[in-house]
Amino acid sequence: MAIYIVRRLVAAVILLLIVTAAVFAIFFLVPRLAGATPEDLASRYVGKTADAEQIHVIAVKLGFTDPIWVQYGRFLKGLVAGADYSTGPTTVHCPAPCFGYSFLTQNPVLPDLLDRLPVTLSLAAGAALIWVVAGVATGVVSALRPGSIFDRAAMGVALAGVSLPIFFTGLLSLAVFSYALGITAPGGSYTPIEDNPFLWAYDLLLPWITLAFLYAAGYARLTRAGMLDTMGEDFIRTARAKGLPERTVVVKHGLRSALTPILTIFGLDLGLLLGGAILTESTYSLPGIGKYSVDAVVNNDLPKVLGVVMVGSIFIILANLVVDLCYAIVDPRVRYS
Amino acid sequence: MRSRRVAAAAVIAVSTLALAACGGGSSGGSSSSGGGSDVGGVHNVSDVTGGTIRYANSGDWDSLDPADTYYSYSWNFARLYSRALVMFKSAPGKDGATLVPDLAESLGKPSDDAKTWTYTLRQGVKFEDGTPVTSKDVKYAVERSLDKTTFPNGPTYFNDFLDLQGYTSPYADSDPNKLGLKAIDTPDDRTIVFHLKQPFSGFDYFAQMPSTAPVPVAKDTGSKYKEHVVSTGPYMFDTNDLGKSFTMKRNPNWDQATDPNRKPLPDRIEVALNVNSDDIDNRLQSGDLDVAIEGTGVGPAAQGKVLADQTLKANTDSAISARLWYTSINSDVAPLDNIHCRKAVEYAADKTGYQRAYGGATGGEIATNLLPPVIPGAEKFDTYPTPGNAGDAAKAKDELAQCGQPNGFTTGISYRAERPKEKATAEALQQSLAKVGINLEVKPYPLGDYAKLYAGKPDFAKANSLGLNVFGWAADWPDGYGFLAQMVDSRAIRASGGNTNFGVKDPEVDAMLDKALVTTDTTAREKIWVDIDKKVMDDAYILPGIWSKGLLYRPPNLTNVFITDGYQMFDYLALGTTRK
Repeated sequence: MAIYIVRRLVAAVILLLIVTAAVFAIFFLVPRLAGATPEDLASRYVGKTADAEQIHVIAVKLGFTDPIWVQYGRFLKGLVAGADYSTGPTTVHCPAPCFGYSFLTQNPVLPDLLDRLPVTLSLAAGAALIWVVAGVATGVVSALRPGSIFDRAAMGVALAGVSLPIFFTGLLSLAVFSYALGITAPGGSYTPIEDNPFLWAYDLLLPWITLAFLYAAGYARLTRAGMLDTMGEDFIRTARAKGLPERTVVVKHGLRSALTPILTIFGLDLGLLLGGAILTESTYSLPGIGKYSVDAVVNNDLPKVLGVVMVGSIFIILANLVVDLCYAIVDPRVRYS
Repeated sequence: MRSRRVAAAAVIAVSTLALAACGGGSSGGSSSSGGGSDVGGVHNVSDVTGGTIRYANSGDWDSLDPADTYYSYSWNFARLYSRALVMFKSAPGKDGATLVPDLAESLGKPSDDAKTWTYTLRQGVKFEDGTPVTSKDVKYAVERSLDKTTFPNGPTYFNDFLDLQGYTSPYADSDPNKLGLKAIDTPDDRTIVFHLKQPFSGFDYFAQMPSTAPVPVAKDTGSKYKEHVVSTGPYMFDTNDLGKSFTMKRNPNWDQATDPNRKPLPDRIEVALNVNSDDIDNRLQSGDLDVAIEGTGVGPAAQGKVLADQTLKANTDSAISARLWYTSINSDVAPLDNIHCRKAVEYAADKTGYQRAYGGATGGEIATNLLPPVIPGAEKFDTYPTPGNAGDAAKAKDELAQCGQPNGFTTGISYRAERPKEKATAEALQQSLAKVGINLEVKPYPLGDYAKLYAGKPDFAKANSLGLNVFGWAADWPDGYGFLAQMVDSRAIRASGGNTNFGVKDPEVDAMLDKALVTTDTTAREKIWVDIDKKVMDDAYILPGIWSKGLLYRPPNLTNVFITDGYQMFDYLALGTTRK
C-alpha cells in the first residue's frame, strides 16, 4: 500500500510538470510561434500611453526577451529555490515554492492563493456534503419506487437542476431570498469560520444550496440508475432469500455496490471545485480561487492563471489518489500492492 | 485513470483560458432626472457627518498608488486620500470641471513662454503621521511617477513635457536625497518650479493629476507603496486587502483650516473589489451598497428594471460623459481621398441608427461635432445637417456626383469584434449608406490589437481598404487638449501602428494645436479647440456618432449627490450618508 502511494505521488509530480509546461507553452511559446514579439506580450502590461521604448523596458523586466526555456527554467527554479523581484527602491523575496509573481499586482501568487483557499474549501466542502446526502438519498428512494410520483417529481427537478446554469439560479436566488425576502446574506458576504462559525454558515448557505442543486441533480440520476441496476442483481435476490431485513439489503448490499462509480465522479468533481468554483464564486462575488482566476484571466495576469492551474491540478491529482484508495474500502475486490 | 486526470486538469486550464474572451464592453444609460431636497443640482443636501459609505468595484484599481493610476473614477476617489497641487472643484455640473488650487495656494504661475510653472504650497499641510509636507515631497512624487518600469499604468505627461535631461527614476538617482531631477526646482520648502521642454498652456491640468500628491521618500516602497499610501487628505487607509477590499478612516492630521475644498462627511469608507456587476446593481437598489464606483452607470438588466419603475427612476441621474463614439473616415483609402466622397458619407449616415446601436436615446445623445458638451468651452454645431439626423440621400448623392462616383463605391468598415454595439453601428451604417450606393464590407478585428495591428496601423488599413473605422474616444480630463490631441494631431500618427488618430491629416489643424499649447488665456484657448473641431468637421475626416451617457443610480440614504463635469460621475468628495 505504502509503495503504491509513493509511486502515485511520484507520478503526480511528473504530471504536474507536464501540466505546467503545457500551460507555460500556451501562454509564452504559442504567441511567439504565431509571430508575437516580446514587446507585443509586454504591451498588455503597460499604461495606455506607453511608447515603444517603455514597452521594451517592461518586456525586459518581465523576462519576455529571454528564450522560452530560460523563462520556464526560471519558473521551475522559483518553485524550488524562490526568487527575487524588484519593487523599485528595494527587492522583494518570493520564498520557495514560488508559484510566480503577478505582472499587475506586483505580488507573489502563492500567498494570494493560500489566502483565497479557505473560501473555496468552505464553499466546496459545504456544497459537497449537501449534494452527496441529498443526491444519493433521492436517487435511492427513486430507484426503490421507480415510476412513482416521487420518482417522477425528483427526476424532473433533477433534470432542471442539471440544465440550469449557476449564473441564472444564483442571481435569481439572490434576488428572491437575499434582496426581496432578506432571509439570506447578500452577494459578496463571507465570514471566516474561525471568526464566527454561525455567520460563516449563514453567509455561505445560498451558494452551497445553489451549487449543490446543480451537482445533486446529477448524483440523484446516477445513483438511481446504479441502484436500479444493482437491485436487479442475483446477489440481492440471494440476500433477500437469506431473510435479511430490506434495510440491510438496500444499504449494505445494494448501495455499497452502486456507490463505486459515484465515488469516482465525486473525487473528480471535488478536485475540480477546489481548483475554483468559477461560476459560483463569480456570481456571489466570493473571494475564492475561482473568482481570483477569472479576474486574472480578464486582466491577462498570466502568472496568476498559471498558479491557479497548478493548484487545481494538485487537487485533482490528490482527489483521484484518495478516491482510488477508497475503492479498496468500498469494493472488497480491489487490492493494491 | 491517468487519461481522466489529465483531461480534468486540462479542463481547468481550458476553462480559465476560455474566459479570457469575456471582459471589456461598456454599458449605456438613459436620460431622466431625480427628485428629493435638491438645491442647485445637488440631491439630498445635508451636512450631517458620520456613518459609512460603501463602494463596490466590478473590477479592481490599476493601482491605489497616485503615481500609477489612470482611471477617472480613481482620480475622483484619490482626492479623498491625497492632495495634488491642483484639483477639480467639488461642485455640480460645469463648476466641477474648473480647476482650483489644493495643495498649492493658487493655480500655477506661468512664465511668459508657458515653459516654467511655479506653485507655492499652503502652510500647515501634514502627512497622516504628522510630518509637515514640503515641496520636496511633491518633487519626489513626480520623480517616481516618471519610472514607468515600476509604475507602468500612470499617464506619461510629465515624461513627455518635463525637461528631463536623461533623468529616469529616483531609484536610479545618485543624489543622496533622491532629488536629482533638474526639471523641478524647490528653492524653499513651500515653492516648487516646473521647467518644461516645450510650452504648455494647460499645465494646471497636469498639476491636478494624482502624481503630484506628495510622497515621503522614507515611506516609499516602490510598487509596494500601493499597499499603504501615506495620506494627506481627510481619509487614510485603515485596512487594505489587495484585490478584495479596503477600508479608510478619518486622518487625524488632516486640518480643515488648510483645506477650503473638502467637507468630509462620513467617518468611514469601505470599498469592495471584484464584485459581480449585476450583483452591484441589485445591492444598490436593496440598500446593501451606496455607490458603484466606476461611475459608468447600471448594466442593461438593471436599466430595464429601473426605467420601468417610477420610484427607482426618480433615484437616477443621467451623466453625459466626455466620450465620443465615432467612425473615422480614412482619407488613405480611395475614393475617400476626395473630400466630396467623405462628405457623402457624412450626409448619408443615419445617426438615429448609430444611437439605436447604443441603446437608443438612453445610450447617448446624437453627436454632430467632436467636442462633448461637458468639455469647458465646447460648442454644439452641425456642419452636415440632415432631417431628424436620419441622413439626407439627396445631398449625399450630390456630393457623390461632385466626387466623380455618381453610382457610389465600395469600401470596408472595421469594428472591434468583442463589442456588440460597434457591430450594430457598422451594420446600421451599412444599411443607411447602401441607400446612396455606398457599399460597406463589414470587417471585425480583435479589440486588443485593433489600434496596434489593424485599424490603427496605416498600411494595414490602406491595404485592406478600411475606409471607415468604428471607434470611440474619451478625454483624460474635460479639456480640449485632453480630448483632441491624440485624436486629430496628424503628427501623432505612427507608421508602426498603435494610433488613436485613424486618419485626420490636416496641417492647419496641427498648427492650431500648437497655437493652443502656447495660449495661456483660458477663454482664447477654448476658442481654438472649437475652431479645431469645426475644421476637422469641414474636412469630413470624422463621422461623429453619439456622446455617451450613463444611468447612475443613487440610493436614498446618500446625501450631497451630484454629477460633476470634472469626472462625469458622482463627486466622491462630497458624498455623505444618513445610514448610521
